Amino acid sequence: MSDVHARTVAFVRESEIPPAPPPEAVGGAVKWLRDNLFSNWFNAALTLASLYAIYWVLAQSLPWILNGVWNAGSLAECREILAGTSGACWAVLTERWNQLLFGFTYPSRLYWRPSLAFLLLLVCAAPVLFPALPRRMLILTAFYPFVAYFLIWGGSIWTPVLTAVGFMVGYAVYSRLVTQSFAMGFFGGVVAALVFWLLQGYLIPPLSAVAPIALEAVPSRNMGGFMLNIILGTVCISLSLPIGIALALGRQSSLPIIKWISVIFIEFIRGVPLITLLFVANVVLAYFLPPQTNLDLILRVVIMITMFASAYIAEVVRGGLAALPRGQYEAADSLGLDYAQAMRLIILPQALKISIPGIVNVAVGLFKDTTLVSVISMFDLVGMIRGPILASTDWNGVYWELFGFAALLFFVVCYGISQYSQWLERQLQTDRR
Amino acid sequence: MSSTVEPPREQFRLSMLLNDTRYRSYTFQAIALVLLILFMAFLGMNLVRNLADLGQNISFAFLGEPAGYDINQRPISYDNQDSHLRAAFVGVLNTLIVAFLGCVTATILGTLAGILRLSNNWLVAKLMAAYVEAFRNVPVLIWILIIFFIMTAALPGPAAFRGVDPEQSMLFGAMAATNRGVYVPEPVLGPGGWLFVAVLIASVAGVFAYRRFATKMLYDTGRDLPRGWPSLGILVVPSLVVWLAFSLTAGSTPNALLVPEGAGGQTLEEYVMAEGGATLCLVDGASSSTVAKTALLRLQDAARSGPVDDRVNLNIRTNRVESREAAVAAFEEGQCTLLALPQAAAADLSVGAVLETELREGRPIEWDKPFLSGFNFSDGVQVRGSLIALWFALAIYTGAFIAENVRAGIQAIPRGQTEAAASLGLRPGRIMSLIILPQALRIIIPPVISQYLNLTKNSSLAIAVGYMDVTGTLGGITLNQTGRAIESILMLMLFYLIISLSISAVMNTFNNAVRLKER
Repeated sequence: MSDVHARTVAFVRESEIPPAPPPEAVGGAVKWLRDNLFSNWFNAALTLASLYAIYWVLAQSLPWILNGVWNAGSLAECREILAGTSGACWAVLTERWNQLLFGFTYPSRLYWRPSLAFLLLLVCAAPVLFPALPRRMLILTAFYPFVAYFLIWGGSIWTPVLTAVGFMVGYAVYSRLVTQSFAMGFFGGVVAALVFWLLQGYLIPPLSAVAPIALEAVPSRNMGGFMLNIILGTVCISLSLPIGIALALGRQSSLPIIKWISVIFIEFIRGVPLITLLFVANVVLAYFLPPQTNLDLILRVVIMITMFASAYIAEVVRGGLAALPRGQYEAADSLGLDYAQAMRLIILPQALKISIPGIVNVAVGLFKDTTLVSVISMFDLVGMIRGPILASTDWNGVYWELFGFAALLFFVVCYGISQYSQWLERQLQTDRR
Repeated sequence: MSSTVEPPREQFRLSMLLNDTRYRSYTFQAIALVLLILFMAFLGMNLVRNLADLGQNISFAFLGEPAGYDINQRPISYDNQDSHLRAAFVGVLNTLIVAFLGCVTATILGTLAGILRLSNNWLVAKLMAAYVEAFRNVPVLIWILIIFFIMTAALPGPAAFRGVDPEQSMLFGAMAATNRGVYVPEPVLGPGGWLFVAVLIASVAGVFAYRRFATKMLYDTGRDLPRGWPSLGILVVPSLVVWLAFSLTAGSTPNALLVPEGAGGQTLEEYVMAEGGATLCLVDGASSSTVAKTALLRLQDAARSGPVDDRVNLNIRTNRVESREAAVAAFEEGQCTLLALPQAAAADLSVGAVLETELREGRPIEWDKPFLSGFNFSDGVQVRGSLIALWFALAIYTGAFIAENVRAGIQAIPRGQTEAAASLGLRPGRIMSLIILPQALRIIIPPVISQYLNLTKNSSLAIAVGYMDVTGTLGGITLNQTGRAIESILMLMLFYLIISLSISAVMNTFNNAVRLKER
């Protein structure tokens, strides 16, 4: 058979012609342009309009951005340097950089402490965010809150250390008792930790006398700038996650009293704007605390924002719980698992996975909402811009640069978080299509 | 012979409260209830002690006291002697105004952006994605402040519109964007105005009724009635007839223009040029005054145009009064030099002289245009920068979220639906309106309603730009002046709670109405 061709006539081609590239009009860039930008007259008009809009925005902003002044002491100086040409006065960012990041009352020689805490945050959050990292790193994460508190607020090292020890005592009691029942272990652990923290007040003075390890203390009212946004965002989100899950379980519970407590709390908090809750933190909360308690404003704000966020997280988690097929609950029951085991081992891992996009949405929304504290005259990033910086004689009138910077900073963080959540969703996709 | 043995009745033991699932739930609920009551009691006792220490009490009597502060945007009449309650109510109305404007604009923007994001035009889709990401990832407070800054610091002051050769000119001669707000014409109802508005509304309702009828006809009999031109006819013809009828009859009756003694007999132009201006008594809501003002403004424009050397700046002013009687009184006292009255009324009066020029009564709707008088704009509607900042920022921000809802809703409809509809022979427009949209709306509307709720709650950020919504009045100035923090904030929360719960109720009703009817 192989010699069939050898006996065919000479003008019959023996080898295949290599495929020719398609003509320009039906392939390559021209085809792409025609398909995607100029498929009909309406699309062509839209494309031209969009091109003009892009051109207009760039023509207005690019020269202004690139022609910016980076070194000047005030707006007047900026204008002198620009000499009538259009240009941004970026000098306000370089001159007020520290104020924008740390507020205007945090002692400048201590800037390394919050910076270090922030770097540690990145390291310690990594094992939570990336499941591929070794699980052992989670120990770092567990200790991070105490380290961060010590670095940012300073004071005696024994306060955070003993608080951490309190948690460990609680955990030890829990793991001893949990073999009998989850409820026993849980409540036993809580009680043990509470007892330890009550005793803590008596332990700190002698310990400080023996080993006086301390950093210079910085009171809460000195926190400000973008640091304040990050503190409020991370603290409130991490606190609201467990509370939110508990509320969601409460709302799905078959016990009517617990269910109604959860429902009323969630619906009340979700029905009012965050601003009113911040007003409560600012002027009302003090009425409901024992006389002479001096909770500082940050702590009061943290309490209210945490309540706010946990109500929203509860609704997201409830959505996840409701999305699980009933069979999962019944299967857990038929295995003989009790409520705590079923939730811990079967229901919550799946429900939380479903809820990840929603939780991240809440987190991003909450981080954005931390700017609202500027309304109750706290000096976060927006508060710094509206207050000390724009009110100063040097920089009165530098709006675009400052608000543009703030918008960019928030955009980078929030966009990053939402991209991460999309990545995580793909990672956790265990089912196959 | 049955040999079933009754199981021994278990004695109730105390440990069963913890170990027996039948009783354990009661234990937990009792513990929860006790803890809750203890917690509430703790808060309540603290409150009582704190109030006693400070010598305060809880009382809502402050609501009846005079507020003592002014509100710059008043949908209903209000002055600083009115009570705190009325001030709060003005704030509530302002909240509802900005929420309504914001929701409408956000819906339009969001729908447009959501559909364009699915466009097969690559550039437009990418631009819309950029819009959505840029606005979703930046706090709304920053957007409000940026737009507020544009409205107050970047726009020209009213002075830029002054003089015979101004730097800025008004848009269409009727609108001006200044750093004190945007001035737009105010509609004034003339003869038959109410009827005209009523007919217009009835025509819109008629169009919907006709289209419904056409659909029913199509389903019942298979006859496909035309929809385009009858709708247009129903919408335009009755309104046009009413407009023309009133413009030509009651609207065209001439008015007399009264001027002070001794100036009679001239035309309006001669009089104004001789006096170098005029002060018009503008009766609120009377189209005859508006017509006279339009004539004055036209004279002013004419005086300002032409060769540069001949340009004159006329000094036109208006004096706003409540009623015609007040206008006559003001005219007699010399507070204004020009008054437009029906001829019969002018003949009865024995004051002033009549100008030769006759002006008509007016059309069913006249536009009271803002104009520069002195150092600021007067008349028309002043839309303050704070309202615009709040409105636009909330609309654009919420629009980005609505765009995502719309996109998700449309994408959730399987492609097979479009293909099935096409294979039935439906045209693309019909596929969209009969097959895709009814299914997509079911998915889109619930999240969009909760976006409306978010927008309403975010409108409380008004306090950052000084817009006097309910947070600014009740939760702001009233709270600071009276020191009644608990009462004010409680009422504020209740207001927002009522709005949220009613919107939730609407949403639940809607969800039940459009739910897929299954077994």
